[in-house]
Amino acid sequence: MKIAICIKQVPGTTAVEVDPVTGTLKRDGVESKLNPCDLYALETALRLKESCGASLTAVTMGPPQAQSILREAFMMGVDEAVLVSDRKFGGSDVLSTSYTLAQALECAGPFDLIICGRQTTDGDTAQVGSELAELLHIPHAANVIKIRSLEEKQLQATVLLPGCRMQISMQLPALIAVDESIAEPRLPSYKLKLATADRKIKLLSLKDFTDTDESHYGQSGSPTRVVRVFPPEHNTRQERWEGSGQENALRLAAFLEEGKFLQNPR
Amino acid sequence: MSRIIIHNEKVQNVSEVIKICPFGAIEAVDNVLSINAACKMCRLCTKRFPEIFEYQESIVPQIDKSQWQGIAVVAELTEKNELHPVTLELLGKARELAAKVNQKVLAFIAGFHVESSAEELFRYGADEIVIYDDEALKYFRAEPFTAALEDFINFRQPSVVLVGGTVIGRQFAPRAAARFRTGLTADCTVLDIKENSDLEQIRPAFGGNIMAHINTPNHRPQFATVRYKIFPFPEKADSPAGIKIRRTLAPGKLASAITVEGIEPLPEEQGIEEAQVIVAAGKGIKRQEDLQMIRDLAEALHGKVAGTRCLVEAGWLNHKQQIGLSGRTVAPKLIICCGISGSVQFAAGMKGADKIIAINTDPNASIFKIAHIGIVGDIYEVIPALLEQIRKGSVR
Repeated sequence: MKIAICIKQVPGTTAVEVDPVTGTLKRDGVESKLNPCDLYALETALRLKESCGASLTAVTMGPPQAQSILREAFMMGVDEAVLVSDRKFGGSDVLSTSYTLAQALECAGPFDLIICGRQTTDGDTAQVGSELAELLHIPHAANVIKIRSLEEKQLQATVLLPGCRMQISMQLPALIAVDESIAEPRLPSYKLKLATADRKIKLLSLKDFTDTDESHYGQSGSPTRVVRVFPPEHNTRQERWEGSGQENALRLAAFLEEGKFLQNPR
Repeated sequence: MSRIIIHNEKVQNVSEVIKICPFGAIEAVDNVLSINAACKMCRLCTKRFPEIFEYQESIVPQIDKSQWQGIAVVAELTEKNELHPVTLELLGKARELAAKVNQKVLAFIAGFHVESSAEELFRYGADEIVIYDDEALKYFRAEPFTAALEDFINFRQPSVVLVGGTVIGRQFAPRAAARFRTGLTADCTVLDIKENSDLEQIRPAFGGNIMAHINTPNHRPQFATVRYKIFPFPEKADSPAGIKIRRTLAPGKLASAITVEGIEPLPEEQGIEEAQVIVAAGKGIKRQEDLQMIRDLAEALHGKVAGTRCLVEAGWLNHKQQIGLSGRTVAPKLIICCGISGSVQFAAGMKGADKIIAINTDPNASIFKIAHIGIVGDIYEVIPALLEQIRKGSVR
């Protein structure tokens, strides 16, 4: 049983601002971290490794610096790691990111199961998992809250849908995106850090893929274009209350009373 | 191949040039610049240093956009087979877009026994409804729903496909977009359309700290998802009428590698999206037990408790109570933000509220940029005094 976990390096902070005068981006600090939702994908995989003896490969697409999150995955107990990196992948949108990952997973695989986190905290689209499954021609389910069993050709899971929990069984290979309620992620282990310090990270770039046509990757392979970026608008109708706590409380109570917010709406 | 060409001979100060990229995608080896895989093609470098960075886009054959007509809305049904309100919000927007380019509003609906909900789509402005009614579509599974949507797109060739950014929409819209190798812009907050039917999509990016204006210039259909409560609920149409088409797919087409083994209904709960009043807490709350005053205030106002990502990550609130880009979008009549600094990622999830009140000790907190009433003060003073005042009032 081979399991791939798709993870991503995201900015440690989303504190990026646009200078309204020059239109340039200002970003304080450049530190990065593992996307928090991916910790749950890793934990899910690690538990499957413990219960079913699966071998785990963490895969990330990004610049060379993204190796640090693969090291972190090693420290949690992942067996292999793949960095998908090429400057020709720059400017990828959802489709072209998914296509690149699909090529990489075919190249590093085959995998029986692919596990993703719910979403990233920088893109926030929650769509790459679904597109990836489509491009790999495999079924997928998102919002997985429980794995009930994993066998050679079948996965039984519980997914959360609006208003219900649904028990499903999926034929493998398949892709799942896990909800944060699935398991509490473990911390990286110092012992594993030492034990995996020399472990090699596999590098994949465009030349390793089956489809090496540059026009399918990066911005050329992206149907969407960013026309411009600009700062969000701020509210203009504003008032400021700077009195004491007691004064503000009285004023606020009067405001809520006047707006009929204290009455039961029913 | 589109790319950015670097004229290294024009570079004067390497470190200054490297700094301008917010993604750290400009690298220097022996003072020679290159662009690495972190590049997002935002092209800020070409604007800041046009003499150094040159953007080159290859010429590609242009598609015939006139072959793609109609603004389509993907209807979503609740577990009770009623239309999800986001569908009606999208119909309102679709009607506005369709009027600008003189195209029709199309609606796609898939499910099992969906006839009565289909009628409702006319009342909110659909000109044409295409229905896929099949037992294989009774429970949501991405593959059969994608197959139905694929058939609809081939059949009607819509120029735009609008989908609710819900648990369900987020699972099959991307699959369908990938099948057509076309663009999908997630969580748009503003939509407009150009004469040539190019959709103008604006969405928050990088945690909502900046807004990105996105086009899909040479692919059709153009997929966009929009979250619930982003667009206003529309008026009913004056004279609801239109064409209804039923489509049946060959049984094999709706096959799925997923079998539904059981359904367990969850107790109905009103989410924060539906709340008219929200009291939201942030980092200003020092201890978990202090959330009690937030709960008391919410109760006094007949509202709901919500909060920021950090309280959810601390385990003090559950994920369904999180407001923001990685949580829920809310648009209540009133929201009181208590000890919330107001990251743009949070603001993106609540700035549609009619009245925003913020209480924060830091007079420079970003939340004050969007608050209608900004109270500079300590929540530990203001809220207990406010609760006391409300209690007195109710006694009187």
